[in-house]
Parts: sequence; C-alpha cells; structure tokens
Amino acid sequence: MDLGKDLVAASATPLVLAILAEGESYGYAILKRVAELSGGHLQWTDGMLYPVLHRLERQRLVAAKWGTAENGRRRRYYRITKGGRAELAAQRRQWQVVDETLRVIWMKAQLA
Amino acid sequence: MTATPMPAPMEDQIAQWRQFLRRRRAIDSGDIEELEDHLRSQVTMLSDAGLAGDEAFLVAVKRMGSLDELSREFAREHSDRLWKQLVIGDGYSATAQATLRSDAFVALGLAVAAALSMKAPALFGHQFDEQATFYPRNVSLLILPHLAGYFAWKRGLGVMRTLLLVLPFAVGALFANIYPFSGPRSNTAMLTALHLPIALWLVVGVSYAAGLWFRGNVRMDFVRFSGELFIYYVLLALGGGVFIMFTVLMFNAIGINAERFVGEWLLPCGIAGAVLVASWLVEAKQSVIENMAPVLTRVFTPFFTVLLLAFLATMAWTGNPIDVQRNVLIAFDLLLVLVVGLVLYAASARDLNAPPNLFDRLQVLLIVSALLVDTLALVAIAARISEFGFTPNRVAALGENIILFVNLAWSAVVYARFLTGSASFAVLERWQTAYLPIYSAWATFVVIAFPPLFSFI
Repeated sequence: MDLGKDLVAASATPLVLAILAEGESYGYAILKRVAELSGGHLQWTDGMLYPVLHRLERQRLVAAKWGTAENGRRRRYYRITKGGRAELAAQRRQWQVVDETLRVIWMKAQLA
Repeated sequence: MTATPMPAPMEDQIAQWRQFLRRRRAIDSGDIEELEDHLRSQVTMLSDAGLAGDEAFLVAVKRMGSLDELSREFAREHSDRLWKQLVIGDGYSATAQATLRSDAFVALGLAVAAALSMKAPALFGHQFDEQATFYPRNVSLLILPHLAGYFAWKRGLGVMRTLLLVLPFAVGALFANIYPFSGPRSNTAMLTALHLPIALWLVVGVSYAAGLWFRGNVRMDFVRFSGELFIYYVLLALGGGVFIMFTVLMFNAIGINAERFVGEWLLPCGIAGAVLVASWLVEAKQSVIENMAPVLTRVFTPFFTVLLLAFLATMAWTGNPIDVQRNVLIAFDLLLVLVVGLVLYAASARDLNAPPNLFDRLQVLLIVSALLVDTLALVAIAARISEFGFTPNRVAALGENIILFVNLAWSAVVYARFLTGSASFAVLERWQTAYLPIYSAWATFVVIAFPPLFSFI
C-alpha cells in the first residue's frame, strides 16, 4: 500500500524519533526498522530520510556524531535528545487524538 | 578494521554516483559520505539476498530517489548552502585547511607590517596628515613591497627572485625622493605620486605571476585579481569609514577628541593594512565566489554605450563644441580608462571559444563611440594647446590619452575582425595582456623624466 506524500511527511518525525528512542542508530538501520515495523507497507524513498534527520538535528531533537561502522567506514550515528523525547511525547498525544477521532467516526460509519 | 572494498566495477559505479552528487550544491561532502554509507549498506543487503552486483546497485540507487528530488529536499533543509560562503572549515581537507590558515596568518602579519611601515616615516618627522607631498609620493612604496612579498612567499619564489623584486622598489624610492620638488604644490611631485603606484603595480604583477609573467593567461589572472582587489578594497574602505565615524563620535561623547588619533594612526594604518587583507580575501575566495568585476562590466557596458552615443548625438544635433577647460583632458583620459577597463574585464570573463554575441557588438559600439568622443576632445584641445602651454600635467595627460587611444583603436580593429569571423577572441585577449606593461612603462617614464624635464615645478 502506498501512503500519500503528506502522510509520509507528517509521520516521518514521530517515527524517526520513536525508533531513536529505542537506542542510537544510523540512516540505513532506521529505514530497515521502519520497513520491519510496518511489515513493508511504509516505503520511503531512502534519500529523503537524511534531510529529515538533518532537520531534527537542527531542531535539536536528535544529536548526531560521526563514528565507525563495523565495516570500517565512517558512519553518522544519531541519538534522541531530551528535547526529542519531549517532542515525541507531544507528537504521540497528537496522533492519539487523530487516531481516536478517526476510530469513532469509522465505527459509526460501519454501524450505519 | 579497515573498510572492505566492493568488487572493482562496483567501486567505479559508486565513484561515478558520488561525482553526480558532488555537483549538487545543496549536498555537502558529509552528506555524500552519509548517503554513500547508506548505498553501500543497501547494496550489500541486496547482494546477500541474491541479486547480482549490477542489479543490486541499480535497485539501491533507485531506492535512494532521483538526484533532483534529493537535491531539492536537501536544499529545503540547507538553503544556506546555496549561498557560497567563505569559511575555512567544512569541505576542505586537512592539508587544505592548514594551507588556508598559514596563508591567513602570513597575510595578517604582512598587513600589520604594512601598517607599521606607514608609520615608520613618523620617526623622521613625517606625519600622515602633513601638507608636504612626502606621503603621496611614498605611499605605494610603503605598502606594495609587502604585497609583492606576500605573493613571493605564497608562490615560493625563492630568495634570488625575491631580492630581484626589491630592486624596482629601491629605484622607485630613489626617484620619489631625490628630486628637489618645489614645495607642497609641486605639479611634478603630484605626478610622481599618481604614477609611481601604476609603475610599481607591474612589480606586484610579476611577483603574482611567479615567473610566468610572459604567459597571457597568467597576466589575465593578474588583471582579474586587480579588479577583485579594487572591489574588495572599496568595500573595506566603506566599512573603515563607518568604523572611523564611530570612533570619533563615541570618544566625542565622553569629551575626547579622537580626530588626531584617526588622522595619524587609524587612517594610514588602515589604508595600508586593508590592501593586504583585501588581497588575501581575493586569493582565498577566488574559487568560492563569483568574480564581481565582470558582473559590473556587464551591467555598465550598455549604460556607458548609451551615454556616449547620446553625447555624440547631442553634440551633432546642437552643434555645441566641447568647452575646453584646463582639466578637460584629464576627464577624457578617465573616460578612456573606464572604457579600457570595461573591455578588459569583459574579456577577462569571456569564454575564448564562444562565437560572437550581442554583447560583443555592444562592446565594439562602446569602443568606437569612445574613440569618436576622444577624437573630438583632442581636436578641441589641440586648437588651444598653445594658449594653455605645455605644463607637466597636460603633457602627462596627453601621453596617457595617446596610449589609451592606441589600445582602444587596435582593440576595435581586432574586435571587428572577431565579429566578422576572421580572428579569434584570443587575439584581443593577447593584445590587452601584452599592452599591460606599456602603462607601467609610461608611468615609470613620468616618474623618472618629468620632474627634471619640467624643472621640478
């Protein structure tokens, strides 16, 4: 299933923050985790993740540093900051509101 | 653990892909590294899943997204990168950074040295704001050796060649100071002050070229450098003016008159130091920021062409002759200097192999109308030259007028041949660069021969 562009964009921030809340990670692993969590339904264009990560870094929701990958290459690792956790909590509440509202209306639609 | 390379064809493909990314300004070297790491991880995963090398690479690249889209997304996040910045840091290798830093260090050191040399004559009782012509005559001698020294150091000129550069400065110092000029209003002293910098600028050029002075393209680089230096210097001077204004105003507010300090220290030291700082900036940013002089040339060439044509048309229509006043020749000299500058800087930014375009036709029109205007002025002046007499200023101005006229006249011929397709643009460039020493030769002649010829008046 292909998600609309706007929905992908809107869900990117909470998804990335939530994955980083599980622990430090890097671009490729984050995408793999997204695919895994969504059962392959949520497909991003790979490159687009990086501008999102850089935006989150600029907003100080995540912190980044260069490290070394297991294959010896330089790799950029990201971890969530305190501000990022707060943002994640806020986003979570917002998504819950949206989710609950939709649930109610869809329940009614089903009943009708 | 060291990085495990992929098979050679794969490495080539990745290198090519990296090249494509590098052309996108919004994506910097760190991003490329990050994206490459991603691509490699993806390729490895796909290969492990059973895809052949080529297929794995193609799928990984496709998943990465189109370069245009990617670059657009990066640009949205990093719009600042679309503005080229002069920063010594990201994107340079460690050795490049070290070079840039030592460069800055030497340039600043020489700027301080130049500022101190400006104050050295104070030890012998000369003040910068004094009435005598000592400073005007010597200012280029106090500053330009430092600039020549900077290039000698930067280009690794060697001791022998550097010492050879000292010679023309010594000769300049000799002729600027041995003549018994007749007081602070001496015309020939002022001519020396005006011409010595032009004569010595050639020495700076020779040190800039570092032994390649006889190559046209290196001379053209020096022309570009000079134009950018002028622009940077004007900008620094504007900033310096604001700085001086605040210095005076603020100390005035607490009842202290800072004007003496400004006149005797800030101004002379700033004038000298800014030459070195501006030169360093031009050198450091030459590959980072677009050259400004050719841009200004493009903007103003049409305006000056229209001005000259309108002037000629108005003269023809009203029949008003040129009102020959004492300094009219200097005004027309400056006009020719300006037109030569426009031709030179248009040439400096031109692709030598491009075919003639509208701008080239405009240039020819500019040159021809400038020559016409100048001819009219010369005719008007010649009629009254006996009445005015041959003062040193007038002879110098006339000599300059002839030199510039010859330059432009031949430029017009070469340009016309270029437009008709019988000569390449390189001929014009060669003519312009070959002509450069003539300006300095004439300036040298004025400095050395004029004072005795006109008995130091």
